[in-house]
Amino acid sequence: MVQVNMETHLLGANEILAKRNRNLFNDNNLLVINLMSSPGSGKTTLLERSIEKLEGQIRLGVIEGDLYTDQDAQRIENKGVEVIQINTEGACHLDAGMVGKAFNQLPVGDLDMIFIENVGNLVCPAEFDLGEDFTAVVLSTTEGNDKVRKYPLIFRQARVVLLNKIDLLPYTDFNLDRFREDLDQINPSATVFMVSGRTGEGIENWIQWLIKEVTEKRLESELK
Amino acid sequence: MHELSIMEGVLDMVRESAGQNNIRKINRLKLVIGKLTMIMPDSLQFAFEVLSQEDMFRGAVLEIQEVPALIKCKVCDNETVQEDPYLFVCAACGSNQVEITRGREMYLDYYEGDQV
Repeated sequence: MVQVNMETHLLGANEILAKRNRNLFNDNNLLVINLMSSPGSGKTTLLERSIEKLEGQIRLGVIEGDLYTDQDAQRIENKGVEVIQINTEGACHLDAGMVGKAFNQLPVGDLDMIFIENVGNLVCPAEFDLGEDFTAVVLSTTEGNDKVRKYPLIFRQARVVLLNKIDLLPYTDFNLDRFREDLDQINPSATVFMVSGRTGEGIENWIQWLIKEVTEKRLESELK
Repeated sequence: MHELSIMEGVLDMVRESAGQNNIRKINRLKLVIGKLTMIMPDSLQFAFEVLSQEDMFRGAVLEIQEVPALIKCKVCDNETVQEDPYLFVCAACGSNQVEITRGREMYLDYYEGDQV
C-alpha cells in the first residue's frame, strides 16, 4: 500500500478561475462587486434604485445569478443597463467559471463597474471567490437581526453591509443595537448603509460611496 | 448542497493522481475541514458514499479531520479557540481586532491505495 500526499485545496479549480477573473477585471479598470443575501432581501430592487441614481455618472453592467428564470435580468434590462443572466439550474451559488463566461459577453470596454447579483443564499456563495473587488451583503429588517450571528462567515468577509427595508423597521422586532453589536464583533471594519429600496431612503449615501470607490479604482489602475 | 460537487472534485483529483502513480485501488482518503467553512462533514460523507460506487473506490474509507476555529488578537497576541457563536473577539483583552488563523482549511491531505 502506498500513501500519496496531496495537500490540495478543495476549491482549487475555482480559485484559479477567480484569479483569472480578477486579472481581467483589473485589466479593464472595472470595479466588480459581488452582491449576496438571502432570497427576498431586496437585492434586485436595490440594484434598480442604484442604476437609476448612477445613470449618467457610472457605466454599469450586471451579471444576474438565479437558479431559474430571467425575471431579474428583465427588470435590470428595463432600466437600460447591460445584463447577462446566469441560470445555475439548481446550484446554490455562482462560481468563478460561470462569471468568467458571462463577463465575456458584456461590452466591458464601455463599463466602469459590474454588479454580480449572486444566488439568494447566505451559506454556499460565501465560499466561492468570483474574482470581485469586494462583497456586499444585503440584510433586510424583516429577516431579523440574528442573521449576523447565524451566518458569521458571509458577514465577516463583507466589505459592505446594506441593511435594507429600513422603512419597515418600526413594524418588525429587528433590534438595531443588537445588529450593530454583533456586526462589531464579527466584522468591525464593515461599512454599513441603512437603506430602503422601496422608498429610496439612504440610497444617496450608498451611491456617493460607490462613486468614490469607482473613482479610486480607476486612479489606481491609471497609476499602474 | 455544494458538498456533492466538492466531493466530485476530490474524486477527480484522486483518480488523476492515482493514474499517474499506477494505483488501481483506493483504500483511504483524508480531508481536513475547518469549522469556519461552509462545508458539512456529514454531507461530505454522504456524497462520498453516493459517488464512490465504482471499483476503484469500493470499500474505501473517508476520514475527515475537523479543525477548530482559532483567532489571534492583533492587540495582545493572545490566541483564542472560538466556538459557536462565532464572534471574533479576543478572550483575553476583548478587542475585536483579530485575525482568523485556523478554521478556514479545506483540503485533501492524502490518499492511500494499492499499486498495480
